[in-house]
This record gives sequence, C-alpha cells and structure tokens, in this order.
Amino acid sequence: MNYSQIPLMGKLRTPTMTYTFQVGLASVFLWFMIPCALAQTPNTCLDCHSALDAPLNVNATEFSASIHAQKEVTCVSCHGGDPNSPDDAMNTKAGFKGKITRKQIPELCGKCHSDAAYMRQYNPSLRTDQLVQYHTSVHGKKLDAGDTKVAVCTDCHTVHDIRPSSDIRSSVNPLNIATTCSHCHADASYMRPYGIKTTQFSDYGKSVHHEAMAERGDLSAPTCTTCHGNHGAAPPGVASVKNVCSTCHVFQSQLFETSPHKAAFGAAGLPGCVTCHSNHQIEHPSDVMVSAGEHSICTTCHTDGEPGLKTAAEIHTQLSDLQTRIARSKEILDRAAESGMEVGQAQLDLIQATDALTKARVSVHSFRAAVVAKETVSGTAVTEKTYQAGLQALRERNYRRVGLSISLLVIGATLIGLRFYIREIER
Amino acid sequence: MNMGEAVSVAAAPDEKVSGPRRTFLKAFLGGSVLASLGSFLYPVLRYLVPPAETNMGVDSVVAATASELKPNSAKIFRFGSKPALLIRTAEGEYRAMSATCTHLSCTVQYRKDVQQIWCACHNGMYDLNGRNVSGPPPRPLEKYDVHVQGDEIQVMRS
Amino acid sequence: MSPAAQIQTWLDERFGWAELIAPLKKKTVPHHHLSYWYFLGGMTLFLFIIQVTTGILLLLYYRPSANEAFESVQYINTQVRFGWLVRSIHSWSANLMIFTAFAHMFSVLFLRAYRKPRELTWVSGAILLLLAFGFGFSGYLLPWNTLAFFATKVGTEVAGQVPIIGPWIMVFLRGGPDVTGATLTRFFGFHVAVLPGITTVLLGLHIALVQRFGISVPPQVENEWSRSPQQRREIKFFPNFALRELMAWYVVLGVLGVLAALFPWGLGTKADAFAPAPAGIKPEWYFLFAFQTLKLIPAKVAHIDGEVLGVLAFGAAGLLWVLLPFVEPKRKAGGYRAVLLCGVIALAYIGSMTVYGYVAK
Repeated sequence: MNYSQIPLMGKLRTPTMTYTFQVGLASVFLWFMIPCALAQTPNTCLDCHSALDAPLNVNATEFSASIHAQKEVTCVSCHGGDPNSPDDAMNTKAGFKGKITRKQIPELCGKCHSDAAYMRQYNPSLRTDQLVQYHTSVHGKKLDAGDTKVAVCTDCHTVHDIRPSSDIRSSVNPLNIATTCSHCHADASYMRPYGIKTTQFSDYGKSVHHEAMAERGDLSAPTCTTCHGNHGAAPPGVASVKNVCSTCHVFQSQLFETSPHKAAFGAAGLPGCVTCHSNHQIEHPSDVMVSAGEHSICTTCHTDGEPGLKTAAEIHTQLSDLQTRIARSKEILDRAAESGMEVGQAQLDLIQATDALTKARVSVHSFRAAVVAKETVSGTAVTEKTYQAGLQALRERNYRRVGLSISLLVIGATLIGLRFYIREIER
Repeated sequence: MNMGEAVSVAAAPDEKVSGPRRTFLKAFLGGSVLASLGSFLYPVLRYLVPPAETNMGVDSVVAATASELKPNSAKIFRFGSKPALLIRTAEGEYRAMSATCTHLSCTVQYRKDVQQIWCACHNGMYDLNGRNVSGPPPRPLEKYDVHVQGDEIQVMRS
Repeated sequence: MSPAAQIQTWLDERFGWAELIAPLKKKTVPHHHLSYWYFLGGMTLFLFIIQVTTGILLLLYYRPSANEAFESVQYINTQVRFGWLVRSIHSWSANLMIFTAFAHMFSVLFLRAYRKPRELTWVSGAILLLLAFGFGFSGYLLPWNTLAFFATKVGTEVAGQVPIIGPWIMVFLRGGPDVTGATLTRFFGFHVAVLPGITTVLLGLHIALVQRFGISVPPQVENEWSRSPQQRREIKFFPNFALRELMAWYVVLGVLGVLAALFPWGLGTKADAFAPAPAGIKPEWYFLFAFQTLKLIPAKVAHIDGEVLGVLAFGAAGLLWVLLPFVEPKRKAGGYRAVLLCGVIALAYIGSMTVYGYVAK
C-alpha cells in the first residue's frame, strides 16, 4: 500500500516529512517518554491487583500513600517476583514468594527493620530492635511456639497502608493504639482460648488517661503500649506495676515506698497501685476513696476499729475539711466582689490553698495522717486569711449602708421640710 | 390651656404669712436641702480625685524594681487576676511567664538548683522559656514580654 | 436692697431676666384627682439629668476598648472612691428612666393629652422613648461582659432580620460582620455623642412644646369643670407645683440610693468571643416583651420567615404608635374607645410578655 496516499483529514497527504524531521520528532518523543518510564518503576503487580476483588485486592491509592511506597519499597521488596513483566510477575524463578504466612511475617519485616545499616539510609533515628523485642513479648513467644492467632507486625501496622506512628491516620498513632489493640483484645470469642478478659478496651475508655488523651488532647497520656510496651508487649508483673506507674507518678510512688502499705502489699502479693486504682479503668480519684464510709476503698481490707481505718477517716476529714474551707472562702470573696469590693489579692492568695489541697491529695499515698496534715494545715491557714479578708470586705460594704442611712435621713428630713413648707405657704 | 376663672392656690402676699413658723420652716427646709446637697456632692468630689493606683493591671504591670531580684532568683507577682513568675537568670536576663501550671493549675516555682521551673504538685518541669520539658504538663507556660524601664521591670502581655 | 433682689436686677439688666421668667411665674398646673400622673414626665427628665451627670463622671475613668473596658469598669467599682455608687446609680437610673418613660407615655395616652394641638409633643416623646431604648442597648454593651456581649449579638441579629436593608443595618450597628471591639467603639460613640446630641434637641423641643401649650386637662375632668366652673383648680407652677415635684425627685434620689447600696449592679465575667454562648441569654427587661414574642412566632408563617414577620409587625406597630394622634379615628366617642382599647391591650401585652420572658427558660 502506498501510505503516502492515505487520506489524512480528507486531504490527500504527500510524504512531506523529511527524514531529519522524523528523527527529530522521535527524539523529542523519547526525550519526554524515557524520564516518564524511568520515574515510574513499572509495577505490573498493582496493575492487576488493584482491579481484583478481595482477598487479592490492594488499594492502589492507599498503598501509594503508605510510607513504604513513598520510600520506593514496593511489592517485590516483600513478595519477590518480576515487576516488569506481566507474565513472569509471579514466577517463583523470579523470586516470587506469594502470600507470606503469618509465621514468616516478623522475620520478613525484620530483614530490613533489624538491619541498622540498611535502615540508616531511610531514617537514622528509627529503632532497629523491634524484632528482638518482639521475641520477648507474649505475642512473640506464642508465635514461636506455633500459635498463629497472636499478633504479628501486620496486625498492628496494617499490610499495605503502613504509615509512620506520627501520622494521625496511622493505626499505631498514640490516639489510635487502644483501638488497634482492641481488634483482638476486645473480641471475646477470639480471646477465649487464652482465658484473658476482654473488658480492657471499654474499661480504658472510662479512664482519666483516655480522657486526657482523647478530650484534652494530651498525646503524652498513657495508652496500652505505654504500660505494656509495644513490640515487647507483656503485662507488667505484680512487683513491677509500681515501677510502671511511677514513671509519671513520681511523688505518689516515693511516698508509697515509705508508707506502711509497701510491706503490707508486698507480703500479700498485691499489685501495688492497681490494688486501689485498678489497671485499665483508672477513674478520677475522689476524696471518698480514702475514708471509712461508703465508696471507700480502704474498707476492702481494713475493718472497723482497726487503726488503719481510723487513719483513713482522719485523712478524709483533713481533705474534706480543707475543701469546705476553700469553698467557703471562695463564696465570701465572690459575694464581696459582686458587691463591688476589691478582693483581687485575696482571690489570688486562695489559689495557694487549692495548690495545698492538690498536694495533700498526693500525700495521701504516705498513708500517714501527719504527712497529709503538713499540706492541709498550710492550706487551712490560707483559707483563714482569705476568709478574714472577705469578712473585712463585707464590713466595708456594710459601712456603705451607714452612709446610705445618713443620706436617707437627710433626704427624709428634706421631704418632711418640703411637705410642711408647702402646707404652710398654701394655708 | 383653659384658665377661666381659676382659683389659684398660691403663696399669699407676704404681709399675711410671715412669722416664726414660716421662718422656722424656711430655715429647716433650707438646712436639709443644703445637707442633702452636701451628701450628694461629697461622693462626687471624692470620686473626682484619681486613686493612687492608676494602673488597671490589664496588659502591663510593674513586676519588680531593678535591684530587687538577684541573678538566679525569681518572684511571683500578680498579673491581672492570676499569678505570674518573674525570673532573673544566672546571666542576669529577665524572663516572665504565667505561673499557672498547665497540668492542673497549681502555682509553679523557680528552682535555683536545676535552674528550671518546677511544679511541686506532680513534678512537672519547664525550661526557662516556659516550655514543658518533663512530667505531666501538656503545654508550655504562657510567656510575657519584659521591658526594663529605668528602675522598673515592666511585664506586658505578648 | 436684699442680695437676692440685687442679683435679680443685675441679671435683668443683662439678660432681660424678668421678661424671661415672667411666663414661668404665670405658669399653672391643673389640680384634680388625676394630677399625680403629671409628675412622671418631670421624673423622667430628672432621671435623664442623673444619667448625664453620672455618665460624665464614668467617662473620666472608662476606657472604650475591648481590651480594657471590663477592667476599667472593675477599676471604677473597686479602686475609685464612690465609683461603685456612681456606676450602680447609672445602671439603676437607666432602668428607672425607661420605666418612668413608659409610665409617662401610657398616662399621656389614657389621659388623652396627645390630642390636638399636642400631636407633635406626642411624636417627639415617642421618638424620645426609642432613643432611650438606644441608650439602653448601647450602654449595656459598654462593660464588655459575657451577658452584654451575647445580648448584643442576639439583638443586632434581630435587627438584621428587617427585609432588604436588615443586613446593612446589622453591619452598621456592629461595625463589621461580627460583634467585636469595633462594635464597642461604635456603641460608645452612639452612647456618649450621637444619642445625647439628638436627645438634647428633641428633649428641648418636647419641653418647649409643653411650655407653649401648657399642661393638658383630661377630657373627663374638663367636662366636669365646664359643668361646674367653680370646681376648676389650678396651682401655680412656681413655687407650689415645683416644690411638690421636688419632693418626688427627692423620693427618686432615696430609691436610687437604696438600690445602689443594697443591690449593687453586678459586673459578671469579661466577654470572650470564642467561648460558647451561655444558656438562656436574655436582653434587658425593656426588650423582653419583643424578644419573647419573636421566640413564640413559629419559624415559618405562610412561607414568610417567622422572625422577619415579627420584626415587621413590631415596626408597623411602632410606627402606628408614634403617629397615634394622627391615626386616631375622628368619631367622637368611638374614636377614643378604639385608642383606649389599643392602649389597654398594648399595656397588658407588654406587661404579660415581660413577665413571661422573665420566667421562661
């Protein structure tokens, strides 16, 4: 066929393109196409797998947003095979590993993530001991013993859309960790063979720690991994619970060390802080927790008449006393301020009393009334001072009423005078 | 207005009603009116005198005098209705910030030994720029500007 | 010559003093069983004078910026000697003034003092009442506390409901799309300059008209007096009525003193634009009846937005009220009965709606 005679746009085309021009055009074409081709490492895996249904489906958008894809660690890095060829893509001769079994996953991830020299290329400050830690964890030990139901890397980090933990969408971001753990640990039927409770997630949701993170946005608040560890996850032993809590709650722990409860709890094999505060459902402590009445925790062990319970009652009285006094001072100062009296300094001083109450509540962990008294006494002194200031302000306010009476008297006299004068001139 | 044959009730001509009673009433009325005017005028006159403290303490406060603080020491002062902390660092620089801990609102203090700001309630630590460096505080302390004007150390809201 | 007479002569030689005060010396006030209602006008005037005086005193210390307004009022309350007194009197007197203005207006209505030739006195008075509302609304914001901030937000939003020009009115009032420090500055300007200026002019006109036409006699009394002329009584303004009025003014002073000392006006907390509105925001009592009415109107009435309908209805009612002497039906007996009925209904409505607004959540 004489191509030069093919109609082009209705016109009979003659070969006007010279050889030079054709080469030039081709070069320009290649000039653009080669970089494009090089930039996109051919990934024939995704071409098919993004169109397949589950369980073979891989969401191409999600994967491209993942940290691995961004660092150009793609399908073949884990699954092997030949990404360039659509036919040999899954050829075992090309190194294709197929679906990685659960037992193989930690070692596979560890091939890169435990190689310090390798990881240095990507992020020199990333830890590389995750695999080692994992093998010390409950999950790791059970996996080594052949249980594939336990968590492996992909259960927490997800498979194809892994993100760094600082990313808020990551399943291992502090805000999401509890939810991630709950996928197994809140599933009663899944956890039945292990005989572990599954109430931790819902308990934690009611705790102050959860409130601090979820409501106050405090990312440093503890979540599951803070106390249990992440890769080396295991519940802290009874003896080491206190160490875990004291990482943050330093003062309470120091006081506990010198308190009578240390020996007592140790002898009874009680789990330190958890004994009174619980482990997951750690609620807002209240003054009634240390008392001799209803809602008291002390009565769990102490009985009526015991010196321990007497101390509890005393401490409770000290705390609620101070709280009442603070409320009383606040009320009188508010009243004075509303009437227009200047009580700013007294209101500022009252803050010290609130500070004392906070410190007194911490010192409860000494379980000695004398130690608590040190704070409550100084707090009480402040409330006394501020209450007197409030009284003084109200006295000044009453002085105004004296002034009012004087002017009312004078007004009254004028009114009487006017009345009689009018009567007089109209007689 | 229709006056018609109005029967006016008015002050009758003087010659009819003078005498001790009227004089007394006039004096009494005059006296009480003057007294009442005095009781109104007295507060107004005192009001007009500016009070000693002219600073309303909103945005700036004189926190201390230049000689008051030695290096590596601090003082708590009142800023508005809240406590604030004025620090003189070991190098002699002044720093000022809110003294209300961002954890549970205790009042913080300056620790000479570690040259940091400490909250005694739960062991929170802040550095000299108010940044929360350890313990429970979730946020830094609010910083204020410090200006040295002659002998006065003035602290202003940023 | 006595000192008083000497002063009089001195003034007369320079101001024509005798000629100036001659009409005042002749002025009389009708005296009958309904005369006591005549005090209300003067009381409103007296309270206005108190407002101007205490307002000027407050001006010496108040700072009209969002940053400092609250603290300056706190300063007046706590640091300035008798500042609490001046401020409480100013706040209480404002409320009393609006109350007496209402009472004065209704008494004029029921005593029919708005009839020819006193129509313009009524019109100027009605406008003065609206100006008093303006004073109240603008002044309320000046301490820049939470209640005032949100009450202003709601109030200006309602103003924005007027069709077509509403949004422009709202932006004009607020000095911007939202209530901010700009609103405070603007309201301050209205409160201490614009409104006083207009009020002075209108008040001058109102009082001049009252002097010109004298005090009106209610029709029923007038009829009685035409039947038996010897019953007609008029008392001289100076000194008789004036002394009585002075008694009334002293009573007002005593009441103000008691209120200021025993029920000082609170300050609340400083406004924070980012905090959520506290529950149950209500305007001051004199706006409550309108506010409550707007709350009760359903969201949509026959395809028209309920609030727009309410605002238009109040606007129409207000306009008719201002023009009352001109819209009163001319028929002899029936005409008045219509006005009487309207007056009673209006009073009952305002009264009951105010109470309702107070107790409603």
